[in-house]
Amino acid sequence: MFTFYDPQYASNMAEGVDAAFLIIFGISFFFLIGITAVMIWFIIRYHHKRHPKAVQIKESFALEVTWTVIPTILVMIMFYYGYIAFSPMRDIPADAMVVKTVAKMWSWEFEYPGNKLSTELILPINEPVVLEMTSLDVVHSLFISAFRVKEDVVPGTTHYMWFIPERLGNYEILCTEYCGLRHSFMESVARVVPREEFDVWLASVPEATNMDEGLIIMRQNACSGCHSMDGTKLVGPSFQGIYGKAETVLIDGTPAEIVVDSAYLYRAIVDPDYEIVEGYNKGLMKTYKGVIPEEDIQTIIKFLMTLQKE
Amino acid sequence: MTTIPYKSYLEPQGKYTGLLDWLTSTDHKRIGLMYMYAIGIFFIIGVLLGLLMRIELFKPGETIMGPQTYNGIFTVHGVIMIFMVVIPGLSAVFGNLFMPIQIGAKDVAFPKLNLLSWYIFMAGAILAVLSQFTGNGPPDTGWTFYAPYSTQTGTNVLMAVTAAFVLGFSSILTGLNFIVTIHRMRAPGMTWFKMPLFPWALYSTAWIQLLATPIVGITLLMLIAERVFKIGFFDPALGGDPILFQHLFWIYSHPAVYVMILPAMGVITEIIPTFCQRRIFGYKAIALSSIAIAGVGYLVWGHHMYTSGMSFTARWIFSFLTFIVAVPSAIKVFNWVATMYKGSIALKTPFLYALAFIFLFMIGGLTGLSLGSLATDVYVHDTAYVVAHFHYIIFGGMGFAFFAALHYWFPKMYGKMYNQKIADIAWLILFFGFNMLYFPQFVLGLQGLPRRYYDYMPQFETGEVLSTIGGFVLFIGIIMMITNLIIAARNGPQAPDNPWGGKTLEWTIPSPPPMENFDTPPVVSKEPYDYE
Ligand SMILES: [Cu+2]
Ligand SMILES: [Cu+2]
Repeated sequence: MFTFYDPQYASNMAEGVDAAFLIIFGISFFFLIGITAVMIWFIIRYHHKRHPKAVQIKESFALEVTWTVIPTILVMIMFYYGYIAFSPMRDIPADAMVVKTVAKMWSWEFEYPGNKLSTELILPINEPVVLEMTSLDVVHSLFISAFRVKEDVVPGTTHYMWFIPERLGNYEILCTEYCGLRHSFMESVARVVPREEFDVWLASVPEATNMDEGLIIMRQNACSGCHSMDGTKLVGPSFQGIYGKAETVLIDGTPAEIVVDSAYLYRAIVDPDYEIVEGYNKGLMKTYKGVIPEEDIQTIIKFLMTLQKE
Repeated sequence: MTTIPYKSYLEPQGKYTGLLDWLTSTDHKRIGLMYMYAIGIFFIIGVLLGLLMRIELFKPGETIMGPQTYNGIFTVHGVIMIFMVVIPGLSAVFGNLFMPIQIGAKDVAFPKLNLLSWYIFMAGAILAVLSQFTGNGPPDTGWTFYAPYSTQTGTNVLMAVTAAFVLGFSSILTGLNFIVTIHRMRAPGMTWFKMPLFPWALYSTAWIQLLATPIVGITLLMLIAERVFKIGFFDPALGGDPILFQHLFWIYSHPAVYVMILPAMGVITEIIPTFCQRRIFGYKAIALSSIAIAGVGYLVWGHHMYTSGMSFTARWIFSFLTFIVAVPSAIKVFNWVATMYKGSIALKTPFLYALAFIFLFMIGGLTGLSLGSLATDVYVHDTAYVVAHFHYIIFGGMGFAFFAALHYWFPKMYGKMYNQKIADIAWLILFFGFNMLYFPQFVLGLQGLPRRYYDYMPQFETGEVLSTIGGFVLFIGIIMMITNLIIAARNGPQAPDNPWGGKTLEWTIPSPPPMENFDTPPVVSKEPYDYE
């Protein structure tokens, strides 16, 4: 949360941002209270019972100039503080550690040097990090409130955000650009740890190249935003133990009993609205026909067949 | 009170009777009232949707609806309130009702076009309402229709976007009509600087409506083309650019804020001199600051996009210009307060609403400064802080100005007076409810709560609960205010022609006014707020 003053800010950006807030809020508060007080004083003092005859006062050029010039100077001061606290955010140091960040409906994924993937952002303290961010579907926005940083994550292009985490601890990562059904659940965490702990953690993460090819294709297409692999119910049915499972599906609203086979899985990818598993909604998944090449769809199906119930 | 018998604009005018008599009438006052009834209904629908959102947010997790319903409701709430209530609100209702009278004209320049604008407005509004009940469920994009979400979602975006497109034409035509009316139809002797300040504000507004609305029209057409024909304007999967949509959208939608707020400032500028019995302080400063806002307001849209990925140069230039455009609004506030100095103040309902407007508009404007400043905006952008800020501007500003106008001109519109005591109590409830509803959202935003959140973490609960309670208080105030006015319109006591001691031309004619306003065209020789 925003604090105005903190002896130990969580990032190198926080102090400048909070100072800009303090100046803007300070000036604003002064004017709000001042003008309101004057207004109330006038209402009491010049109430028609106390002041039955209004005095017709002509305009004053000097006054108009005064209250044009003073606010202009004040807003320029505010502009300046906002500017100097912001400009370091766009000035990315060359030695910053690069973490590739991928947003998709409705999860974050962080790729560390050495092709290592993580759903949490683990950071060594006091070292600059730059997030190279892109989205696989719609516009998201990465927000770490404790660090006072935010930047939109836009499909088709890469955006950058950098900072130096300066306090150990866990900080919420939220998505601030509305992105559909589970927007408010699209969260992750930034863990700021000592360098040694970071190294141990990074070494323990397996390289993504060992992953099943089907899983890689599914990650590229953000399937896991809606379908879990551990049985959790998300927007769509879980993939856990899906092959060979008996399901009730609705075809045009009429229930039908089916057993999931590769033909069903294929239909569910190319025409997802045709059979809707009971308890789930229509219209949420788009067709992947032409989006994922035919042979890749087959690879995905082969991978799904391997997901057994534990 | 007028003793000469005359036929008011509310009475049947022959040819047709009942509803048809109104639906075929080109009288500017009748059209104004027809807008008011329609907008009143849409406002209530918007309020109820807002209340449903507040109930859902009363506690974390699911309270009364699922996330898809919630996303649909905040979209519909936004579309209705922005495109069907606040953008047309003051100019279509009170602009139509009183601008021609204030400049001494018997109608607008193109009365038939004026009626056509109303029909286009209704057509667009009906489409917007229909979009909720047809297709694959209500649109779930938010009122901003950001691409590529809006080009991909399976919900009924197409119809909602078409509705906004149609509503835009109504706005353009009203703007055109008002510009021509103000240029060509002013009474003999009424020079530009003898014109009251409400028409001045409408004049600045009309230019924005005329010049900026086509941009959103084209943008929405592009969105429709992208959805229907898969032309890649905005979706990178089709070769488009999502940021382009945001630029085009805000080039219109920032000036649209002034379409709402300039007429609101105009209303306040009429009310303050009347209840202070004093000439307005800084007439020219107020008139010219309207023009300045309308001009510079075109160049600041980028402040909605500091985190969208523009060049650093673009970001600081937009920030700089945003701070510049804040100054004319401050000038107006200073002049309003200066008008109270040595006045003879009557604390009547319209004046109370005007005072509430100044207070709430100051909070809205001052909290906007941290959205104009780069570093601070990065922190609060797309959080509940922004939601609080624009509700202070739009509802606290435009909404309270609308209520002020309603209570100010009500006796003129209906020839009846409302119960002023109940009106004052409703004002007090509204004022408290409003602040309780929206102020906690500033704090929630500073705590880091993103906007458009269906669910929230435990640290936000206190603010959300307070806000919901405030929503109900506000709702009680609204119901009380409206009921009081409906009772008055039906059975209220007769109102005098000039109950408040106003000096502009509408107070020189009978209440309710006759069909063509003036028996003999007025000749103007004095300044508009001449209390000597
Ligand atoms: Cu998101
Ligand atoms: Cu804006």
